[in-house]
Amino acid sequence: MIRRREGLLDGALIVLVILIVWQGLYAYAGAVALTPPWQTVRYAIGLFGTPSFWGHLRGTLAAFGWSLLISAVLGIALGLWLGAFRFAGDVAEPMLTSLYTIPKVTLYPVILLLFGLGPSAKIAFGVIHGMIPVVLFTLGAVKTIRPVLLRTARAMRLSPMQTARHVLVPAVLPEIASGLRVGFSLCLLGVLIGEMFASQRGIGFLIINGINSHNVRLTTAVTLIVILFAVGANSALLMLDRRLHHSR
Amino acid sequence: MTDATAAHAVLHGVTRVYPGANPVHALGPIDLSITRGSFFSVVGPSGCGKSTLLDVLAGLSPPSAGRITFEGQPVNGTVPDGVGVVFQEDSSFPWLTVRDNVAFGLRRIGTDPAEIARRVDHAIGFMGLTDFAAAYPAQLSGGMRQRVCIARTLVLRPRLILLDEPFGALDQQTRLLMGDELLRLWRETDATVLLITHALDEAAMLSDRVGVMSARPGRFIDLLDTGWPRDRDSRIVSDPGFGAITARLWSSLRTESMKAIGARA
Repeated sequence: MIRRREGLLDGALIVLVILIVWQGLYAYAGAVALTPPWQTVRYAIGLFGTPSFWGHLRGTLAAFGWSLLISAVLGIALGLWLGAFRFAGDVAEPMLTSLYTIPKVTLYPVILLLFGLGPSAKIAFGVIHGMIPVVLFTLGAVKTIRPVLLRTARAMRLSPMQTARHVLVPAVLPEIASGLRVGFSLCLLGVLIGEMFASQRGIGFLIINGINSHNVRLTTAVTLIVILFAVGANSALLMLDRRLHHSR
Repeated sequence: MTDATAAHAVLHGVTRVYPGANPVHALGPIDLSITRGSFFSVVGPSGCGKSTLLDVLAGLSPPSAGRITFEGQPVNGTVPDGVGVVFQEDSSFPWLTVRDNVAFGLRRIGTDPAEIARRVDHAIGFMGLTDFAAAYPAQLSGGMRQRVCIARTLVLRPRLILLDEPFGALDQQTRLLMGDELLRLWRETDATVLLITHALDEAAMLSDRVGVMSARPGRFIDLLDTGWPRDRDSRIVSDPGFGAITARLWSSLRTESMKAIGARA
């Protein structure tokens, strides 16, 4: 109970600091760069009343949902597979790690040529951002699973499929949840960047459009919405993550 | 009873060599016949290949040479039906409750749910875990987690139970009590038990027969029949015969244990 209250207090303090810095920046840079907090919140709420905003939001959420789903399914499958074959895992891990560090935005022209302008390019861009951490976390978890659990599976004459489903997956689930949390943020990043560069729809497009047409109110309000969504979702996933790790 | 049915598990000239740049000859040659329904213990210096013996007998790893049979059927690298294994390390599944841990094996083989409930209740009760059925392993002590693992093996009704130093990580008092429970379990199930242990008193108190292994590569240098009645418990440690058995085990083992220490120093 006390920990919970402290957590709330910490959160409130962070929000307060952000508001002060925000207001300070506004005082320094003026209405040319950003709008003040209260005005932004009001404008953001107003945005939800316009049908065109909903169209953009739906576009982004659909692309983000698909890219997260693909990242999760492919990432977990690939991580389990690479983890099960030690050699393949040892070869793939450093490659994936270096791939992870590449500034992926440089690959965007290639993605556009492959998938064309449209939702599939955004989804693909989200996937190349979000999938690798899911693979790496899953692979790491499989490699560090306690061998005695797998021996137990063999002693109980479980088939490879049963071992994967009933021993391997539950044993690595907490780590996979951590991987998904990181993958979640990066998928969102990938989709938004994709929308900023080559798209006619979506939240990323709205932000870049606002910048191009010097609509500071729009840019600041949409940025606020994205931040609130990301922070909220991340906190929820973090709670799930902690709960899964806690039962160990 | 004929000889063929009396011998439950048989090892003929079994060796195990771990291949590699410097191959390690871990075990054998071993010739051994374990009588159906008996309690057989294996003692030996550390690193002598006791666990390797259990692994090849269970079918968890194939022998490099020789032949193993269980109930007349060859064992070669896969665990036969009717064999249950309890490991030294805690192998309870941390994501399942005690009850789900114990039911795990039965669910995988598709046993009828009512039958699962009945057998799991019995095993949990038998191992004194009824009050902890809904708890997760992380909430239990080491001894209780090991009981969960034993119960999980027990519900599958194995005819040969292999235990690899299951009480190795427990304190002395808990070990004595767990020994009693093991004896109770052995009597109730009529199973054949093979217990790997490094504790001479444990072997002397629990077994019908004790095999003493040499330093690596492990071979049997002594086989000793204790002559205990089937109905026994940890109180036999005060029996004069107990001291004599322990003394003989130690005199067989002493030189080998010194070799094991010398080889590692």
